[in-house]
Amino acid sequence: MEILVCVKRVPDTAENEIEVNKDGSDIERDDLVYSVNEWDNYAVEEAIQIRDKVGGSVTVITVGDDESEEVLRREMAMGADNGILLSDAAFENSDGRGIATILKAAVAKGQYDLVLTGAQADDGAGQVGGMLAAMLDWPYASLVNSLEVEGGEKIKVGREIEGGNQEINEIDLPCVLSIQTGINEPRYVGIRGIRKVASVDIPVHGAADLGLAAEATGSGGARVKRVDYFVPELGEGAEILEGSMEEKIDKLMELLKSKGGLK
Amino acid sequence: MESVLISPANALYFGLPGKAIFILIPLIGIGIFSYIMIRRISPLRSTTPDPRFGRAGERIRSVFKYWLGQYKHPRYFLPGIMHILLFSGFLILSVRSLTLVMMGVIDGFVMPGLGGGLGHVYGVLKDLATTIVLLAALVLIIRRGVFKPARYDVPPRYGKGHTWEAILVLCLITGLVTCDMVFDGSLSAAQIQEGLPTETILPGTGHWVATNLFQTLPQSTLQQLNQGAFLLHELIFFFFLCFLPLGKHFHVITSLFNVYFMKLDKGTVKPVRWGVSDEKLDDLESFGVKVYEDFTWKHVLDFYSCVDCGRCSDNCPANAAGRPLSPRFISIKCRDHGYHKYPLLGSSKVTESDSVLIGNVLEEDEIWSCTTCGACEEECPVMIEYIDKIVDVRRAMVDEGIVPQSLQKPLQALEKRGNPWAKMERKRADWAAVEGFKEVCPVKVLGKKAFADALYFVDSISSFDDRMQDIARATARLLQAADIDFGILGKDEKDSGHEARRFGEEMLFQDLMAHNTEKILDSGVTRVVTSDPHAYNALKKDYQDMPPTDHISELLYERVRSGAITFKPLENSDKTYTYHDPCYLGRHNNLYEEPRAVLDAIPGLRRVDMERSRDRSFCCGGGGLMLFYEPEEEEQRMGVIRVRMAEEAGADVIVTACPFCLVNIEDAIKVAGLEGKMEAIDLCELADRQLDSLKA
Repeated sequence: MEILVCVKRVPDTAENEIEVNKDGSDIERDDLVYSVNEWDNYAVEEAIQIRDKVGGSVTVITVGDDESEEVLRREMAMGADNGILLSDAAFENSDGRGIATILKAAVAKGQYDLVLTGAQADDGAGQVGGMLAAMLDWPYASLVNSLEVEGGEKIKVGREIEGGNQEINEIDLPCVLSIQTGINEPRYVGIRGIRKVASVDIPVHGAADLGLAAEATGSGGARVKRVDYFVPELGEGAEILEGSMEEKIDKLMELLKSKGGLK
Repeated sequence: MESVLISPANALYFGLPGKAIFILIPLIGIGIFSYIMIRRISPLRSTTPDPRFGRAGERIRSVFKYWLGQYKHPRYFLPGIMHILLFSGFLILSVRSLTLVMMGVIDGFVMPGLGGGLGHVYGVLKDLATTIVLLAALVLIIRRGVFKPARYDVPPRYGKGHTWEAILVLCLITGLVTCDMVFDGSLSAAQIQEGLPTETILPGTGHWVATNLFQTLPQSTLQQLNQGAFLLHELIFFFFLCFLPLGKHFHVITSLFNVYFMKLDKGTVKPVRWGVSDEKLDDLESFGVKVYEDFTWKHVLDFYSCVDCGRCSDNCPANAAGRPLSPRFISIKCRDHGYHKYPLLGSSKVTESDSVLIGNVLEEDEIWSCTTCGACEEECPVMIEYIDKIVDVRRAMVDEGIVPQSLQKPLQALEKRGNPWAKMERKRADWAAVEGFKEVCPVKVLGKKAFADALYFVDSISSFDDRMQDIARATARLLQAADIDFGILGKDEKDSGHEARRFGEEMLFQDLMAHNTEKILDSGVTRVVTSDPHAYNALKKDYQDMPPTDHISELLYERVRSGAITFKPLENSDKTYTYHDPCYLGRHNNLYEEPRAVLDAIPGLRRVDMERSRDRSFCCGGGGLMLFYEPEEEEQRMGVIRVRMAEEAGADVIVTACPFCLVNIEDAIKVAGLEGKMEAIDLCELADRQLDSLKA
């Protein structure tokens, strides 16, 4: 099975103190460290597991600048076979639809049976996967937390629904799936792994390679525009339980019961 | 000496001449034994290199101390003493056994050198030895068969027990020495009956008992007893010889070599591959131990030498806490796997997929459960290593991407931010900028413009953890009081990488080490001081070309002894203090007395030691990345067990000298519900609090 996984380089929320810059146009990016969007790691791990089971190849793709190459290498160190970087000045400041447009053009250039995305990105809005499927006119399943491939024309995907119950759907290939965390345990990528793929060639495609008109993407093509960033005002303080350990536990149990958290 | 009995060599056995039988038995025995030994030794050639042939002087000293001197044995008093008795008996009786074997071939054989007076002395000595060995073996049979100490139990997950083997061997030993006594006793009785001289018979020995018992028997019976005992001795001897390499009694042969080739540098971790320099690591196809053959030959020799005595596991804190790790079974399981893969007969039936150790022989959680505290290695009487093996298996797991999610984040943070908490680099020196501190104890950040004699290497936890920053500040004040011109690296300091290396992420460690080495050397300092034993061990044992490095307790000890630092009396002297030895200060670096001496220099401080202290200290739960690891299986936290030990010793205050110990013990005090009754404090904090302000 030929699998394409769309990944994104994001500021790592676990490793940064995110602050809004002075004029509220962006976050403070000077001291940020970046990594692969967490959901994408699960998608790549899932793709690798499917490939190891039924054969084929895994390609990771991202839209970004030169620095985005590092996330492709990290995913290739995990076990993805190929990487593709989609980079062009014309892509800058694309909205979700713009990104989906770019990805769609890249998908059309290959022969993929399955396209995976993370369910959302740390700095995103969870919209690209769905739009990409619509543009390709492929079936789409979101928030997938289980995946069964048996080698036929269909696959089975699961998602969690209200109350922790599981729903299983059958979906035709080719399709687009957005992958939820917890579907697997992504493997660790060590420094050694990254160094091993450090010199692997990663092709870069720009707008012209993809046959995209300049105005279709980037800020010019964006129909959603960011207008402000701010830190919300602090709300009411949390309730602090008082008393001895036993009393606190009793109060907590009561609260949880009254709110339906405990049955 | 004239003998009334026909010697075994000249006697007839079932119509066959004794000499023929006693040539045949050793030939068969030695033949089988040699075959088994060749089959056992040949896998060593498929393993990885391990250069242990140098430093002969140190190695010979170790052999005298640990092998001949049985130094570790009395740590378990009764069984230890019993072993020493058996061992010395074996040494003495090896000459006797050889003589007996030769006597079957050459009538009247006497071991060269034992013909004259020395022979008589040896005769008495071996009578004593057989007697002591017999008594010791009987005591041990009762111990293993009736009392069944819990230490030898084998939990079902690890396989079957080996009690039958222990008892069988004890019976063989009993048989050997009993035959010896019957052989000697029957001859002596016959001699006495005829009024002929005998060997010197020491009253009370088995020889003496047998002689008396047999006194009234007819000569023909004595002849049969003599002949029979000799044959039985011969049979048991060669059966035993061939049985040794089959089970845990292989140590009788291998322990001498295992001790000779023991690891001489405590606290270090073996390189990924001996003979491959750090710069060439990228060229290696694979990292760590994935299959049996990835172990070094010495590590396989370790497996062969394991006596299954369970002392390692008895002292292992992970085992005590109910984690799925029992060091003893690392050896036993790997050994059994090796025997299965390299069978005595035929070729290996182990498939390639079954050869992968993780998942087949060893479990992930088992390997991650180790805190590398070194209690197992400290205890092992035959000097088996565990830490290097566990690190090697972890290296393989890291190489394959098999790392628990709980460790992936901190490892990635170490890579990106130089500390496992993913704190900002520029905040690394914030602990020194606190109001009220910076005014009285300004701390220089070394760099292009600032220089100092000494570097205080703070390391991550004391730099970033709110509570542990107190240790950093106390250390800085102590350095100031000791009149040392010091500074820190600030944002240029990265984690020492001590745990990154011990958790198998060698390349990450290499990066951190290269970075710190450059910064430390560039700073131009002439010495390094740290308050973190893990950093201390890294700088001393892992890094190269470092300026002399001290732990703050060494420096304090020196200043207290010289009188440069004095302490004021405790305000509240009705508390009892105990000192918890951090693993990387104590076991890995032998600093046991210095911190205690500093404590004892505080007037009014009453100190007790816990039962498990010094080299038997019980790990608090582990430092560095171990703080992040979430074991899948655990009954109780190690820290809680440790706090209970302090309570049992009658202490109200646990003093330690490691920030990780302090984290774990402070948490454990809360978990154990001892808040208000028990407290924990770092040696630096206590020393800082008690500093005599007149001098400081």
